[in-house]
Amino acid sequence: MKDKGLGNPLQRQGVQNTIAAIIAIFIGMAVGLIVLLFTDVSRAGEGMLAILTGGVSDLKNLGQVLYYATPLIMTGLSVGFAKKTGLFNIGASGQYMMGAFAAVYVGVKWTFLPAGLHCLAAILAACLFGAVWGILPGVLKAWRGINEVITCIMMNYIAMSMSNQLIRSFIYDRAKNQSFRPAATAELPKLGFDKIFVVEGGTPSSVNAGILVAILLAVVVWIILEKTRMGYELKACGFNKDAAKYAGISEKRNIVQAMVISGALAGIGGGLNYLAGAGTGIMVSDTLAQQGFDGIAVALLGMSNPIAIIFTGILMAYLTVGGLAMQSFGFVSQVITIITSVIVYFAAFILFFSQIIAKLAKGKERSNANAESPPPADLGKGGEGV
Amino acid sequence: MSEYVIEMCHITKEFPGIIANDDITLQLKKGEIHALLGENGAGKSTLMSVLFGLYQPEKGVIKKEGREVKIKDPNDANELGIGMVHQHFKLVHNFTVLQNIILGVETTRGGFLKMDEARKKVMDLSRQYGLRVDPDALIEDITVGMQQRVEILKMLYRDNEILIFDEPTAVLTPQEITELMKIMKGLAAEGKSILFITHKLNEIKEVADRCTVLRKGRYVGTVEVAQVSKEEMSEMMVGRKVSLRVEKAEAHPGEQVLEVEGLTVVNREHGKKVVDNVSFQVRRGEIVCVAGIDGNGQTELVQALTGLIKTDGGTVKLKGADITYSSIRHRNTHGMGHIPEDRHKHGLVLDYPLSYNLVLQSYFEPEYCRGGFLKYDKINQYADKLIQTYDIRSGQGGRTIARSMSGGNQQKAIVAREIDRDPDLLIAVQPTRGLDVGAIEYIHRQIVAERDQNKGVLLISLELDEVMNLSDRILVIFEGQIVADLDPKTVTVQELGLYMAGSKREEGK
Repeated sequence: MKDKGLGNPLQRQGVQNTIAAIIAIFIGMAVGLIVLLFTDVSRAGEGMLAILTGGVSDLKNLGQVLYYATPLIMTGLSVGFAKKTGLFNIGASGQYMMGAFAAVYVGVKWTFLPAGLHCLAAILAACLFGAVWGILPGVLKAWRGINEVITCIMMNYIAMSMSNQLIRSFIYDRAKNQSFRPAATAELPKLGFDKIFVVEGGTPSSVNAGILVAILLAVVVWIILEKTRMGYELKACGFNKDAAKYAGISEKRNIVQAMVISGALAGIGGGLNYLAGAGTGIMVSDTLAQQGFDGIAVALLGMSNPIAIIFTGILMAYLTVGGLAMQSFGFVSQVITIITSVIVYFAAFILFFSQIIAKLAKGKERSNANAESPPPADLGKGGEGV
Repeated sequence: MSEYVIEMCHITKEFPGIIANDDITLQLKKGEIHALLGENGAGKSTLMSVLFGLYQPEKGVIKKEGREVKIKDPNDANELGIGMVHQHFKLVHNFTVLQNIILGVETTRGGFLKMDEARKKVMDLSRQYGLRVDPDALIEDITVGMQQRVEILKMLYRDNEILIFDEPTAVLTPQEITELMKIMKGLAAEGKSILFITHKLNEIKEVADRCTVLRKGRYVGTVEVAQVSKEEMSEMMVGRKVSLRVEKAEAHPGEQVLEVEGLTVVNREHGKKVVDNVSFQVRRGEIVCVAGIDGNGQTELVQALTGLIKTDGGTVKLKGADITYSSIRHRNTHGMGHIPEDRHKHGLVLDYPLSYNLVLQSYFEPEYCRGGFLKYDKINQYADKLIQTYDIRSGQGGRTIARSMSGGNQQKAIVAREIDRDPDLLIAVQPTRGLDVGAIEYIHRQIVAERDQNKGVLLISLELDEVMNLSDRILVIFEGQIVADLDPKTVTVQELGLYMAGSKREEGK
C-alpha cells in the first residue's frame, strides 16, 4: 500500500508542476492568438507561427534566446531564492542595475588587468554591488521589522537615479547618452558560440559564456537550498520563523544572509548582460530595468525551483525573440507582454492545476487497482447493525 | 420508513498512502445522541467530512430514511437537514450574533433584509432550546462558549435535523462543558439526531445513547453506552488494555538541575509584570508541575526559561551554570529539552518532511552535517529509528510532510525528538493537549520514564487530572506569582482549585 502509486510519474510533485506550467503556457498562447486575431485576422496565423518558431527559425535566433535568457535566469534565481526563505525580493531590478553599473565601471576603467582577470573582476564587482543593494532591505527587515517590499521598491528608484548619476560622473559617453562600452578584455569569452550561432554572412548572435555561468549558478543555488545546512536554516525560516527561532536558528542573520545572496544573484545578472560584448553600454534613462521584474515572472512560473528557473528563463527569452519575429508581420510588440502576463497570471493557478492532475492520476490508479480484490475488512467485534 | 434517519454503509475513503476510512458503517437513529469514538487519525473527521459532502467516498452509500442519497457538497448536506459545528468555528468576527446566524439564508423583501422576522425566529429557537445568546453582540466580544451556541443556532435556524458536533468540548471550560451537555440532551429530547465526535470517555458516558468506535480507519463496533464501561470503550478504541491512571514509583529527587531566582518578565504592551519574582528549583528525578488557570503567566515563564523571550530580572541556572542571557541554541545543546505549548507555531516546520523535523535542533551536529552539507542518509536513518521506537504513524515514513500528519502523531514526533536528545531538564508544556487516551497514556509514560532516568521534568498543565496524576510536586501559579508549593499526595483537588483561583495562598509565598 505504502509504495503504491509512487511508480506512476503522474503522482510525482515535480511532474505535476511541470505539466501545470505547460498548461499555463498553452493558455497564454491561446490568449495571444485571440489578440492577434482581433488585430489582423489575415496575418494572425503567420504572427502566431512567428512567435512559436521565431526562437528556432535559425541558429542566430537560437543563440539570441540564450543571450536574452542569461539575465532573466539570474534575476529569476534572485527572486526565487528569496521566496524560498520567505522574502519577496521585488528589488531585483535595483540590484541588477547596480550590478550592471559596477561591471561596466570595472570593465571601462580597470584596463590594467589582463584579459581573463579583468572579466572576472567585473563580475565580482557586479556581485558585490548587487549584494550591498540587498543588504539594506535585509537589515531593516531583520532589526526594525520593516517590510522588505517597501524598502526594495525604494531601493529600485535609488539605484536607478544613482547609477544614472554615477555613469554621468565617471563613464559617460556624451555622444550616445549612455555609458562607455566595457573594454574587450572585460567581455565574457565567446567560447566559439559566435561560430555556431550565426547565419551565413550575418552578424553572429551575442550569446557567450554568460549562459553557462547562469546555469552553473542555478545548480549552485539548488545545492545550497537542498543539500546544505544553510539551505535547511533558510528554508526553515521561510516556512515558519517561530519554529526556526525555537530551534535556535538566528532569524535576523538568516534574513540578511538571504537578501545578500539574492541581491548578489541579481547583480551578477546585470553584470553578465553588459559584459556580453553585444556592443552597447548602459542607457542613461529614467526607467527601471525590466529584467528585474521579468525575474519575478520567471521565478513564479518556475515555482522558485532553481532548476526549473533555467527553463522558464529560457522560455521567456524565447517569447521575446519570437515577439521580435512577429513584429515583422505588423503586430505590436505588446502582444508578447500580454502573452507573458497571461502565462504568469495562470502560473498562479499552478497549484490548482497540479491538484487536478493529481486527482486524475489517482482516478486512473484506482481503476487499475480495482482489478485486484481488496483484502476483506476486519469488522472486529460487536458489529451490530452491519 | 427506516428506523434510521441517516445511514452510512460500507464507506471507504482513501488518501495517498493511507486508507482513512475502510468499509465503515454508521447508523443514526432519530432522536438519539450517537458518539463517534476513536483516536486521532482513526478516521472520524474523514467520515464526517464524507457525510457533510466535503469528500467523496470511493465506495459505499449514504441513506437518508432508507433512501439512497448523493451528497456532493455541503449545500446538498444542508438540504438533507445535516448541519455541523466545526471544531474551529466558522463565524464572521465583526458581525453580530444575529447577522452570523442568518448569513447565507437571509430573507429579503425587495432587496432589503427582513431582520425582524429573523430576529423573532432566532429568539424563539433560543428560548426553546435554552441557548442563551445576545443577538446584537459582536462575535469578537463574546466567549467561546457563546460562540458555540451561535453555531448551534445556525444549524437550528436552517431547520437541520441531523446535527454533527466535531469535538465540541475541546475549547470549553468545565462549566461550559456541563452547559453544552445539557443543551445536547435538550436537542435530542426535541427529536434532533446528534452525531458527537469525541475521544473523551466521560462525556460519552454522560450524554450518548450509542457509540460507534473506529480504530485506524476500520470499524470496530457499535455499543449501547449504558452497557459498557469506560475501560471497555477505551480498549475498543486503542485495541489493547489502557490504564487510565499513570503508574509510577516513588520519586527519588537528586541534585538540582534548574534553579530559578526572582525571575521577572514585563509585558511590553501593558507594562505589567506577567511573571513576578518567581523562584523555584527542579531536581533530578522529580516531576515538578506548574498548575494554574490559563493566562496566569505560564506561557511567559516557559518562554523566559527557554530563551524565546527576554527576561526583565532574576537569574536562571541550568546544572549550576547561569543561562539567563544564553542563546536558545546554547540552552538546546546544554541539556534543555522543550515540548512547546503550540506544536504548530513552535514545535514543527509543518512544510518540512518528518525527518527534517526530527533533527530540528541537531541538524548542525557533526553526526548530521559535514562541511556545511547535510548528511541525508544519516538523517533518514535517525528518523526511521525514532519512527520505530516511538511508534510515530505517517503515510510515507520520514518523507511525510508534517502538515499531513494527525495531531497526535505530530505531538508524538515532538516528544520523540525532545526525549531522544537526552536532555537533563525536560520542559513539557501541555504535552497531551487535544490528544486521545492512547496517546496521552503513551506520553505520560515517556515523561515518567524520563524522571526515572534521573532527569528533571518541569510540566506545565491546565488539566487537573494530569497535574494530580503525574506530578511529584505542584507549584501553583496565579497572576504571575508562585502562590503554593504542594505535595500531590496530601492536597485535594478542591484545595488545589482554591489556590489556582487565587482565593488561597501559602504562608510566606
